Amino acid sequence: MGDHHHGPAAGVTRWLFTTNHKDIGTMYLWFSFAMFLLGGFFAMVIRAELFQPGMQLVEPAFFNQMTTLHGLVMVFGAIMPSFVGLANWLIPMMIGAPDMALPRMNNWSFWILPPAFLMLASTLFMEGGAPAFGWTFYAPLSTTYAPPSVTFFIFAIHILGVSSIMGSINIIATVMNMRAPGMTYMKMPMFVWTWLITAFLLVAVMPVLAGAVTMMLMDIHFGTSFFSAAGGGDPVLFQHIFWFFGHPEVYIIILPAFGVVSQIIPAFSRKPLFGYASMVYATASIAFLSFVVWAHHMYTVGMPVAGELFFMYATMLIAVPTGVKVFNWISTMWRGSLSFETPMLFSIGFLVLFTLGGFTGLMLSIAPADFQYHDTYFVVAHFHYVMVAGAVFSMTAAVYYWLPKWCGRMYSESMGKIHFWISFIGFNITFFPQHFVGLAGMPRRIPDYALQFADFNMMSSIGAFIYGASQLLFLYNVIATIVSGERVSDEKVWDGAEGLEWTVPTPAPYHTFEEPPLVSKPAGTF
Amino acid sequence: MGRIFSGVPLALFASLAAAQNQVNMSPGVTEIGADIFELHMLIMWICVVIGVAVFAVMFYSIYAHRKSRGHEASQFHESTKVEIAWTVVPFLILIAMAVPATSTLLEVYDNDEAELDVLITGHQWKWKYEYLDETGDNIAFFSNLTTPQEEIYNTAAKGDHYLLEVDEPLVIPTNTKVRFLITANDVIHSWWVPELAVKRDAIPGFINEAWTRVPQEGIYRGQCTELCGAYHGFMPVVVHAVSPEEFQAWQAAKRGAAQAESQLAMQTLSSDELMTQGKAVYETACVACHGAQGEGGIGNAIAGSAVVMGDLSQHMAIVAKGVAGTAMQAFDAQLSQVELAAVLTYQRNAFGNNTGDIVQPGDVAGMNNG
Repeated sequence: MGDHHHGPAAGVTRWLFTTNHKDIGTMYLWFSFAMFLLGGFFAMVIRAELFQPGMQLVEPAFFNQMTTLHGLVMVFGAIMPSFVGLANWLIPMMIGAPDMALPRMNNWSFWILPPAFLMLASTLFMEGGAPAFGWTFYAPLSTTYAPPSVTFFIFAIHILGVSSIMGSINIIATVMNMRAPGMTYMKMPMFVWTWLITAFLLVAVMPVLAGAVTMMLMDIHFGTSFFSAAGGGDPVLFQHIFWFFGHPEVYIIILPAFGVVSQIIPAFSRKPLFGYASMVYATASIAFLSFVVWAHHMYTVGMPVAGELFFMYATMLIAVPTGVKVFNWISTMWRGSLSFETPMLFSIGFLVLFTLGGFTGLMLSIAPADFQYHDTYFVVAHFHYVMVAGAVFSMTAAVYYWLPKWCGRMYSESMGKIHFWISFIGFNITFFPQHFVGLAGMPRRIPDYALQFADFNMMSSIGAFIYGASQLLFLYNVIATIVSGERVSDEKVWDGAEGLEWTVPTPAPYHTFEEPPLVSKPAGTF
Repeated sequence: MGRIFSGVPLALFASLAAAQNQVNMSPGVTEIGADIFELHMLIMWICVVIGVAVFAVMFYSIYAHRKSRGHEASQFHESTKVEIAWTVVPFLILIAMAVPATSTLLEVYDNDEAELDVLITGHQWKWKYEYLDETGDNIAFFSNLTTPQEEIYNTAAKGDHYLLEVDEPLVIPTNTKVRFLITANDVIHSWWVPELAVKRDAIPGFINEAWTRVPQEGIYRGQCTELCGAYHGFMPVVVHAVSPEEFQAWQAAKRGAAQAESQLAMQTLSSDELMTQGKAVYETACVACHGAQGEGGIGNAIAGSAVVMGDLSQHMAIVAKGVAGTAMQAFDAQLSQVELAAVLTYQRNAFGNNTGDIVQPGDVAGMNNG
């Protein structure tokens, strides 16, 4: 077999035509980081405008374009593709497969992303401006009252959906068909499990989102009235469809993050993951429940009381499997042999802050209390605790953890730790005060606010600039590692790391597991 | 639950934050508001207790089970008993939370037996209040933001109620069950007054219900809480709760004023009167989109506009009937004939337009009937 080894093609064609899961994973990761910086730039504009009461930098209409694009770019451009990139790099290496099951589709599912986001970003320069109806794009603000650029937005969403569906089909096909001999389902690493479940969620809900935007397109251009009451339609229908996609979507974002943390905490505790089977069942339960809780985003639309009660009880139930996961992670640490390298720091940061976001989520599930929380900064604080401190922290942990394996060089530990502490402090300065202003009555998505909210908003903006700047440090650290980091050659970069990806040489060669390994031990055991 | 939860966090945070920086939900002035506040505090304290317990364990582990202290890792990795325990115990805690939550929710939904009905309609970007009267003699008016553009654009000092002040507040009687029927004219809005604990979406084509009973007189301020376009942040809600007697007097005065207005519409007004009133109307109804100097913005420029300086009937039609599919609304529903005549006169003569045209209330009435 050795004769068949071949390296990557030369020049730009390597990246354009590649079917190699590592190349595609790398492109996904860099693309998502670029989107993270773009979405972060939009966030900086938002926080700069909100630094003081009064309109200073931008007009209200442009402010709404910023909040909309910030949300869309971060969710669809930064977080989702980053985890797909991670899946591409790691799933074949974790299950002992030579590549993804559908490599050409893999290439295509990446390469349709950049044009989609180019199109979305170009709406900023169109007459009437970019979409300004929030990332949740409620009709009729997003149909009858939308700027003309909404059509481009719809097309972009369609392309992103196609990309996500292709990516998930690929992951499902890979996990189901290409596991090495002996790698039974219940031996798979947690990251693979969480991604398998996530992929099913994606296949189930992305078509629903596509349906929603298609109905918008019909309403705007072809005279239908799906969401217009004047024509016999129903604006609330939009919200039901959107959140039937949107609630599973938040688990699509967070489940792979759970998977990452479930790999890293055992490694730096030098102890197997506690309750592996219950982790799998908890993940599956969360995924199932995510389909029956969508209307908790809509407590104020005037649902019948029976509906409110159903969605309240179902939502509260999600706290049970989520709690199980948190307890399992802490039990994994318990009586381990802990060390605190950067990936572990970000994982512990994830654990603490995500749990805080989970608590506010539980508070939000209580329908009568939600009448006071709904659409305030309390909600903004809640979902940034789960999206940023949850998904982004875990993604950052993943990069630090696997980067040495990917490029064969070690990042600067001291710079990594500084990055963690600045991120952790900056994040909390940004978002903790938002709980306060939200409870005190500040609605979200407003470009200007009453004077009693001024101090906490200024604090929040300062925190945001700190958090934003710390990401440049991260970028520098990653580039410095790739270019001139200290070389590592141990197969196991971390003494406590477990899994097949740590059995291949470091840096991981272009092709791995051309001959499948034989797996005998259960996942994560020593 | 109980009131013990109420005071503790405020005292806790008071030392951290200056007095004017409210850090918690307001219990408000209504019974429901107090119930919701207690529910909120109950759930929050349960979360705090669980959080402290769980993270105490984690931080103890971080302290005691460090590799740098030479701690050797155990290899235990499962226990069905503890898994069952930490599934069942949280479930029981959730049931304890669900009980008070359910009873409070049922209270919120008890819309029966209202003594006064008010129809609230969200418009981009103002609220319309209409008091439904059995005899059909409804009182209706729009409630516009009065914060001047100069304050918003930082050329004047900001007042105490910056962005939370309106020309005409919603007036309701105290100790009376008031039912709100909430809908919208264009996009979805949401009507929220934190101190009354009422938030309900205003959805075009739907009428949602909510209610309140305010025990004490006062002015309660809130905002639109559903993104409704460019000026979403600029459509406050102000509720003025007055004694039932004062409310009766207010209603009588509103009806009297409406009659006087219709008298005025029969008269011929001077150009000065029209220009003065027109300026006032422009600065509440038009300025946000068309600019303080008629320079335009969300809307087209008024200064030098071919429509404004051209044929009167076309100009009048746009102002009265709006332009479908844009933010330009039908102002005949929002302004009286006198106000329409005044603002048309003003637009045709201000900002260097100087057409010299005078539009009388009678002209507007003629067009509406024709």
